Amino acid sequence: MKITPDTGWKKLPQGGVILEAGNAEQYITGSWRTFRPIRDEQKCTNCLLCWIHCPDSSIIVENAKIVGIDYDHCKGCGICAEVCPPRIKAITMVEERKTDDLK
Amino acid sequence: MGKLISMEGNQAAAEAMRQINPDVVAAYPITPQTEVVQTFAQFVADGRVDTEFITVESEHSAMSACVGAAAAGTRVMTATSANGMALMWEILYIAASTRLPIVMALVNRALSANINIHCDHSDSMGARDAGWIQLYCENSQEVYDTLIQAVRIAEHPQVRLPVMVCYDGFIISHAVECLKLLEDKEVQEFVGEFKPVNSLLDIAHPHTFGPLDLYDFYFEHKRQQIEAYGPAKQVIVEIGKQFSALSGREYGLFEGYRLQDARLAIVLLGSAAGTAKEAVDRLRADGLPIGLLKLRAFRPFPSEELIQLLGGFEAVAVLDRAVSFGATAGPLFTEISSALFRADRRPLLVNYIYGLGGRDIDIEDIQKVGEELERTAERGKTEQLVDYVSVRE
Repeated sequence: MKITPDTGWKKLPQGGVILEAGNAEQYITGSWRTFRPIRDEQKCTNCLLCWIHCPDSSIIVENAKIVGIDYDHCKGCGICAEVCPPRIKAITMVEERKTDDLK
Repeated sequence: MGKLISMEGNQAAAEAMRQINPDVVAAYPITPQTEVVQTFAQFVADGRVDTEFITVESEHSAMSACVGAAAAGTRVMTATSANGMALMWEILYIAASTRLPIVMALVNRALSANINIHCDHSDSMGARDAGWIQLYCENSQEVYDTLIQAVRIAEHPQVRLPVMVCYDGFIISHAVECLKLLEDKEVQEFVGEFKPVNSLLDIAHPHTFGPLDLYDFYFEHKRQQIEAYGPAKQVIVEIGKQFSALSGREYGLFEGYRLQDARLAIVLLGSAAGTAKEAVDRLRADGLPIGLLKLRAFRPFPSEELIQLLGGFEAVAVLDRAVSFGATAGPLFTEISSALFRADRRPLLVNYIYGLGGRDIDIEDIQKVGEELERTAERGKTEQLVDYVSVRE
């Protein structure tokens, strides 16, 4: 059954067990972020090191190319920027309050 | 039919576990529980059970392993005492909140300090709010019988809660008594095969156990957990009936002894009930209209039933083998008095703390309680709410 924020105690699975897999996607953790990874498409070589290392699977890849970052789930840990090769440095961590949508 | 055999209480517990043949046992030895684990480990070593026995480095790990094994969908048992259960504390709550039907033999022992290995109920009473069902036993026969019933109670689809089978350290655990055992086959048929509701090993349907549960859902889960205790009460009675059909021995939420025509009553838990029955007989011989209520289920607490049963009494003495420091009175007393607050006719209530750290209580002590209770009834008021049995001034 579908669990929503309105589901009452009579209908919840017992013991707080979550019966469906993959539901972490429904939990938006992007708001926890204080630094946002910004990728420079010109510099990026699509080596995919960031994709391998991202603990939140937030580097979106299609056909072996990075197409974006999942800001709904990226917590801003900065691992992607750290593993980006030193001569490339395509990802910079920008303070959330200085990003475009908050300026 | 089963056989009559003499054995120690701990051996009776281990024998019940052998016949139940649980999938997993994770336990750590502690006096006075040690012999349960030791005897059962021998059954494992001798290939007399199919159980996976997990040796652990502490009770915290023992209960954690039990939680993991139960979440994996197996039938799980363990045993501990006092400080051992104190070390399990965090995981006791997790087992109950995750609705895992673990059965634990708790051999009641005083908590430190100072170090004391003998009986009182401070360990289980401290854990009364952890969410476990608590059943108390009077003797080895009840330990054996209750462990077998506990498996069915814990696993019942309407209950799904862990059960603590409490029995008095040394007084029951190390005393040799005669008891009737069932045949292995009878026990196997009675407990049946365990069918888990959710299983971590069900890889076709992956489940998450114990996730983060904040202000948006935690309260609903607690509300749901509270609700399991209603059916638990009925299930304890129902399984008790089924067990008496098999064994001829009666089990319910409590046992009344000479209560029918009584105006005075003594209420207590555990092994002291045997002593109290003799005291009641002697007081009856002296013409005192007194009876005994031996409570078996402390969690769930049978409030409604006790209102029915004790509501019309003149005076009731509640004997506690534990203290709740800074509270109005002992934990059993507080529970009984709060239930009886809703009775139409409330009896006068007195509380006696007895037996801490294994201090003996004898027949004469309980006779004295009965005689004082009669004076309280005659006076028509309780003069001293809490008194202490056999403690030096």
